[in-house]
Amino acid sequence: MKKILAVLSTLVLALGIVNILAARQASPEGASAAQNPSAGSVYYLNFKPEQATQWQEVADQYTRLTGVSVTVVTAASGTYEDALRSEMAKNDPPTLFQVNGPVGLRAWRDWCLDLRDTKLFQSLQNRDFALTDGEAVLAVAYAIESYGLIYNRTLLNRYCALDGAVIADASEINSFETLRAVAEDIQSRRQELGVLGAFTSAGMDASSDWRFKTHLVNLPLYYEYRDGGLTSADEIRGEYLPQLRQIWDLYIHNATCPPAMIGAKTGEDAASEFALGEAVFYQNGTWAYQDIVAEGLKDEELGMLPIYIGVPGEEKQGLCTGSENYWCINRLADPADIEATKAFVDWLAATPDGQRALTDQLGLSTPFVSAMPQNALQAAAQEDLQSGRTPVAWVFPTIPSERWKTAVGAAMLEYAQGGVGWNAVEEAFVEGWALESNAAK
Amino acid sequence: MERSLKRWWPLFVLPTALAFLVGFLIPFGMGLYLSFCDFTTLSDAVYVSVANYIKAFSDASGEFVHALWYTALFAVVSTAIINVLALGVALLLTRGFPGTNAFRTVFFLPNLIGGIVLGWLWQVLLNGVLARWNATLVTSEWYGFWGLLLVVCWQQLGYMMIIYISGLTTIPEEVMEAAAIDGASARQAFWHVRLPMLMPSVTICTFLTLTNGFKLFDQNLALTNGMPGNRSQLLALNIYTTFYGRTGWAGAGQAKAVVFCLIVVSIALLQLRLTRSQEASG
Repeated sequence: MKKILAVLSTLVLALGIVNILAARQASPEGASAAQNPSAGSVYYLNFKPEQATQWQEVADQYTRLTGVSVTVVTAASGTYEDALRSEMAKNDPPTLFQVNGPVGLRAWRDWCLDLRDTKLFQSLQNRDFALTDGEAVLAVAYAIESYGLIYNRTLLNRYCALDGAVIADASEINSFETLRAVAEDIQSRRQELGVLGAFTSAGMDASSDWRFKTHLVNLPLYYEYRDGGLTSADEIRGEYLPQLRQIWDLYIHNATCPPAMIGAKTGEDAASEFALGEAVFYQNGTWAYQDIVAEGLKDEELGMLPIYIGVPGEEKQGLCTGSENYWCINRLADPADIEATKAFVDWLAATPDGQRALTDQLGLSTPFVSAMPQNALQAAAQEDLQSGRTPVAWVFPTIPSERWKTAVGAAMLEYAQGGVGWNAVEEAFVEGWALESNAAK
Repeated sequence: MERSLKRWWPLFVLPTALAFLVGFLIPFGMGLYLSFCDFTTLSDAVYVSVANYIKAFSDASGEFVHALWYTALFAVVSTAIINVLALGVALLLTRGFPGTNAFRTVFFLPNLIGGIVLGWLWQVLLNGVLARWNATLVTSEWYGFWGLLLVVCWQQLGYMMIIYISGLTTIPEEVMEAAAIDGASARQAFWHVRLPMLMPSVTICTFLTLTNGFKLFDQNLALTNGMPGNRSQLLALNIYTTFYGRTGWAGAGQAKAVVFCLIVVSIALLQLRLTRSQEASG
C-alpha cells in the first residue's frame, strides 16, 4: 500500500512540475493573443546590440500606431548565429531575422520567404542590394555602409602647410603613390607634426583584425572579381596580392607602434589614437563615427578617402560601399505572423515615419529611396557616391568561411611580426580559398 | 528510518533525477544523435551516418588534429606543474608558520575569479611585460601556450593546495612519530609514509587538473582566442569555432564534441584506475 502511495505521490509531483513549466511557456503567447487576436505578431531577432534600445523604441512606436505587437530580441555581441540557431528551433521562431550576405544566406536559405512582392524590396534604390536565387528575392539589405581611410583634416592641413610637403591639399591624394609619399613623409616628420604615426595601429586583436582580414582584403578580391566578371568564386588566383602587400607594408611601417606589437593592439586602441590626434589616417567606416566623436573630434575635422592600393586607374576609385545587414522573413512562421512582419518591414522601408525611424532613431544609412542621415562620415560617403567615382563593392561576404579570414589574418600578423615571409599570406589567400570553398559544400 | 527510506526513495531522488534528465541525459542523447546528422537547427536534422566524423578528421587545415595534441600536451604539463607546486605549498603551509591562514587565503583567492576576467587581466599584464621584447602573446603558439599555463597554474594552485592540506592534516601524528623513531630521514618519511597516505588526495587532484586541462575554454578564449591562426586553440575552443564559424560544419563540430567527450571520459577513467591502485588500503 505504502509503495503505491509513494509512486502515486511521485507522479503527482512530476505532473505538477511539468504543468508549471507548460503554463510558464504558454503565458506570453496568451498575453499577446489577447491584445490582438486576429492580426499576428512580429518577432525580430536583432543583430546589433548597440541598437537594442532604439529598436525597442521603434517597435513600441509601431505597436502604438497599428496595435500589432512587435517583439525585439537582441543577440549578444558576436553570438547572432548561436542565438538564431536556437531561436529557430523553438515553437515561436523569429519572423524577421538577418543574414550577413550570400555565404550567411546559404545556411538559412530554406527559411527565407520570397520578398519579391514586398514594398521593402520595391523601394530599393538599386536592386543589387538584395540577395536573390534565380527570380526569388530571399534577403533585402536595410543598411548600407562605407569604409575607407578616415583622416583628421586638421592634422592633414597642418602637414600640407609644412615646408616641402608632398601635397598642398587632401584632394591631391588619389593614388597609392601619393598616399605612400604623404604617409612616409608624415611618419618621418612626426615629431614636427606632433603625432605618433601616419596611420593608427593596425591592431590584429579580435576587436580590430576584421578591418584587415575582411575589409582590406576586399580590395584585391574586388579587382579580381571585376577583371573576371565574377560575383563569387570557388578558386581565386590572388592577382592583386602584390598590391595588398604594399598597402599592408605602408600601414604597419608608418604607424603609431612597431609592426611586432600589432598582435596586442585592439580596436579601441586605434579609435582612441585617431580621436586623440596621435595619427592622421585610420582605416574604418561610417559606423566608427560615434567612437571617434565621443573623444572630442568635431565633424568638420573628419574626412574619408578611398583606400588606394596601387591598381591602374584607381584615381576613379571610390569608397568601399555595401551591406552586411540583410533582412529575411521566416517562411515557416505562422501565416498571420508573416503578414504582420511584411507590413512591419514595408512600413520601415516605404513610409516617411518608418524611414525616419531607420535613419534618425537608428542612425542607419539605408538603401531605400529616402533621406540620408548626416553625420560627417555618412556625408562623406554620400558625397563619394555622387562624385561619379566607382564605389568598390563589398565582395567579402562571398569569402567562403570565417576560417579563411582567420588564416589570412594570422598570416598577415606573422608577416608583420617577421615570423614568415609574404608567401605565407599568398598561400593562406589562394590555397586557403579553394580549400574552404570545397569544405563548405 | 531506513525502512521508510527504502520505500520513499523515488520521491527523494525525483528532483535530482529530473534535473539530470533535462540538463544532461536528453542533451547528451540529442548531441550524440546530431553528430550523425547534417543540420542547421535542432529541428531540421538529416541523418548522414559517419560523414561528420570523417569530415572532422580529414579537414585539410589539420586544425582538429593540431588542437588534439596541443590540448593533450597542455593537460599533461599543467597537471604536472599544478600538482607539484600545490603539494609543495601545502607542505609549507602545514608547518605551523605564523600567518599560515592568510597565505592559504591568498593562494586560494584566484580561484574565485571567473575564467574570462582572469584571462583578460593576464592578457593585458603579459602583453605589457612582453612588449619589452617587442613580442605579444600571439607572436607564436608557444607564447600562448606558456601564457595559458601560467594563468591556469595561478588559478588552480590554491584549490589543489586546499585539498592537499586537508589530506595532510588527516595523517595521524603517531605514524610520523613512529617513522621518526624508526630512524627514517625527512625524505624517506615523505616518500614512504606521507605520500602513500596522501594518495586519495593525489587521485582527486590529478583527476581535477587533468580534466580541467582538457576542458579549458574561457581562459583560452580571453587570452589568445586561438591566435595566431587558430594554432593556440585548445579542443573546446576548436569545437566552438567549428560549430559556429564555418557554414555547413555544425555536424562536424558536433562530431568533434563527441570525440572530445570520449577522450576526456576514457582518460579520466584510466587515470582514476591508475592512482586508485596506488592508494594505501584501509
